[in-house]
Amino acid sequence: MIPIEAVIGFGLIVFTIGLAGVLVRKNLVIMLMSLELLLNGVNIILAGLGRHLNSPRGSIFALFVIINAVSEAAVGFALVLAYFRHRKSYDTDSLNELKG
Amino acid sequence: MFALIPLFPLLGAAVNGLVGIRWFSKRAVGLTAVGAAGLSFAASVAAFAGLLRSAEPVLVKTLFTWVPASPIRTAGGTTVPFALDLAFRYDSLAAVMTLVVTGVGLLIHIYSVGYMSHDRGYARFFAYLNLFTFAMLVLVLGANLAVMFIGWEGVGLCSYLLIGFWFTKDSAADAGKKAFITNRVGDFGFLLGTGLLLFALGTIDIAGITAAAEGGMLAKGTATAAALLLFLGATGKSAQIPLYTWLPDAMEGPTPVSALIHAATMVTAGVYMVARLHALFSLSGTAMTVVALTGAFTAVYAATMGFVQTDIKRVLAYSTISQIGYMFIGLGVGAYAAGIFHLVTHAFFKSLLFLAAGSVIHALSGEQDMRRMGGLRRRIPRTYFVFLVGALAISGLPGLSGFFSKDEILASAFASGNTLVWGLGLAGSAMTAFYMFRLIFLTFFGEERFSGETAGHLHESPPVMLVPLQVLALLAVVGGYVGLPHILGGGAWFGRFLETSTGAHESHLAAGTEILLMAASVAAAAVAIFAAWTIYVRRKGEPARRFAERFRALHRTVARKYYVDEAYARIFVGGVLVAARVADWIDRRVIDGLVDGAAALARGVSRLSILFDEGVVDGAVNGVGRVHLAASSLLRRLQTGFVYNYALAVVLGAALVITLVIVVL
Repeated sequence: MIPIEAVIGFGLIVFTIGLAGVLVRKNLVIMLMSLELLLNGVNIILAGLGRHLNSPRGSIFALFVIINAVSEAAVGFALVLAYFRHRKSYDTDSLNELKG
Repeated sequence: MFALIPLFPLLGAAVNGLVGIRWFSKRAVGLTAVGAAGLSFAASVAAFAGLLRSAEPVLVKTLFTWVPASPIRTAGGTTVPFALDLAFRYDSLAAVMTLVVTGVGLLIHIYSVGYMSHDRGYARFFAYLNLFTFAMLVLVLGANLAVMFIGWEGVGLCSYLLIGFWFTKDSAADAGKKAFITNRVGDFGFLLGTGLLLFALGTIDIAGITAAAEGGMLAKGTATAAALLLFLGATGKSAQIPLYTWLPDAMEGPTPVSALIHAATMVTAGVYMVARLHALFSLSGTAMTVVALTGAFTAVYAATMGFVQTDIKRVLAYSTISQIGYMFIGLGVGAYAAGIFHLVTHAFFKSLLFLAAGSVIHALSGEQDMRRMGGLRRRIPRTYFVFLVGALAISGLPGLSGFFSKDEILASAFASGNTLVWGLGLAGSAMTAFYMFRLIFLTFFGEERFSGETAGHLHESPPVMLVPLQVLALLAVVGGYVGLPHILGGGAWFGRFLETSTGAHESHLAAGTEILLMAASVAAAAVAIFAAWTIYVRRKGEPARRFAERFRALHRTVARKYYVDEAYARIFVGGVLVAARVADWIDRRVIDGLVDGAAALARGVSRLSILFDEGVVDGAVNGVGRVHLAASSLLRRLQTGFVYNYALAVVLGAALVITLVIVVL
């Protein structure tokens, strides 16, 4: 039986790696991948807590998040593809038209 | 029955004016108009016969109630009910007037069929003529002053329309306006007089006024004022001093119009009106004196102008003014029946003279100047004959109609004791004979002074014109016998017939005096005719020319009508012009100044308003914009446009929220 603290700690580590990836990387593809890490970190904690509390709710909630993540990845990569065709670049530094 | 009399001319005018003017042939137009006049005359005769048989001296026919009875306060402070009917009143005076209007009117209608046959406005002419007949009949039949006024204005309007019948001619259009405007002055007096009677008595019915005047309910001063105001109306309509100037100019109208309106009927409306209100006039000695003196002065004054006129119709116009003066002499000395008698005989012989003059003008292709006539006696003998009859009648040849009526007036004037009026009347009578025979001698005697071309067209008038002339000539001869005085074996039937409407008039003259007066006026006329013959036939006008040269200033003054037209133009027209100029000055300087000042004030205020608008309002609006710009230029720094910056903000925000939640909970 894996202790619950280890599961939560692992989830937080994955989440933090994802957060760092989103904040520091400038490649859109990497940023999207880091976004998946964020979500999956949360999923680990949800599933682990569900197991710990002996309830199926955590796993069900994790499934919802996975479905959301799939949709998000589909739309997100389509946008990235469209952006690449337009700019020939994945760099977010050139993506500053919304600058005030 | 008598209410039908005015109906026919109205129908005739409506048919000819609305339908005939476009779709009728000349023949149909003439038949309609003459038929209407004829039916009206027949109705007048029938009504007259009815009146002779009737026991009632006054018949009244109410068509409808005009003003329903309503209380009004009169001058005396009492409140009386005032009602007004559109009503006709038929008595002996109205009978005489309707017979004259429709009878002479019928003859003139027939004459016009021939006289106007070449005119393009044929239907229009007859529509006007019928309308005039209608208006005149309403005037003489009106049972109160309001209905009378309808007719009074109606004849004025028709007079205007017919004087200006040839309106493309400036002089005719001007003459029409002059007649109308001059008459307005008189009409104003008529209206004021009516209003004064209404205020004083609360009624304007002829019967009511007569009853009040005879019953002593009218103060003498009020009666004088009302009578003088009404008489002002009469001087306008009947062309007396001071409102006579329009009548000579009215001769611009077609000759039948001059005969019907400006000799026989309309111009005698004033005489009729005074006779109609005799009870009112008799109350005021002042008014009576004014009437008599106005008549006497006009009679002589107009006659002097007849001496020097060269236009055949204008001589007759001045003669008309002068003869109406005689009628007013009769009225002014209380001999109302004598005045009306002269009105009737004058209608016969003056319309005869006008129509005969029209026949002369027609024969000479429109020539009216007597200096280009002469010798027509042999060329148009029938016209000459009827003209001579008319001239003898107006001059007072014993046995003809003018003799009886004029001498009755002169006798009444003498009997009244006002020798000034009588003397003026006698002088006027001699002058009348002189200018009438001057006209005859210039026109029909002497050498022919017209051009050869005119002589080629010269022709006697057709029967349709000559027959009415001959009928009128007959009337001018025998018309006087209805009033044959006692002294000559008659019964003065005319005066007795009128007694029911104009009151009895007794003249207190010895038979010898009366004969002597007649002899005097006949002698005066005879001398005048002989003088005219001497001057214009035997000496071929030489003395007249010498006289004119010797007294050139006098001659010119008379020939220019005593400069009265010029004086009126200077005083009244000029006065109006000065008033207009003053009003113009006030308009430009004062009123325009006020308007301009208001505009300048508005401009100044708006300039201030601009300052406020630009400085304060716009400043506020722009200031708001500028503040926003400054604020947003600071805030825009936050929007880097880099995704990771936004992501960091989200994370920091989330961390803040979580920290807060943990700390607070």
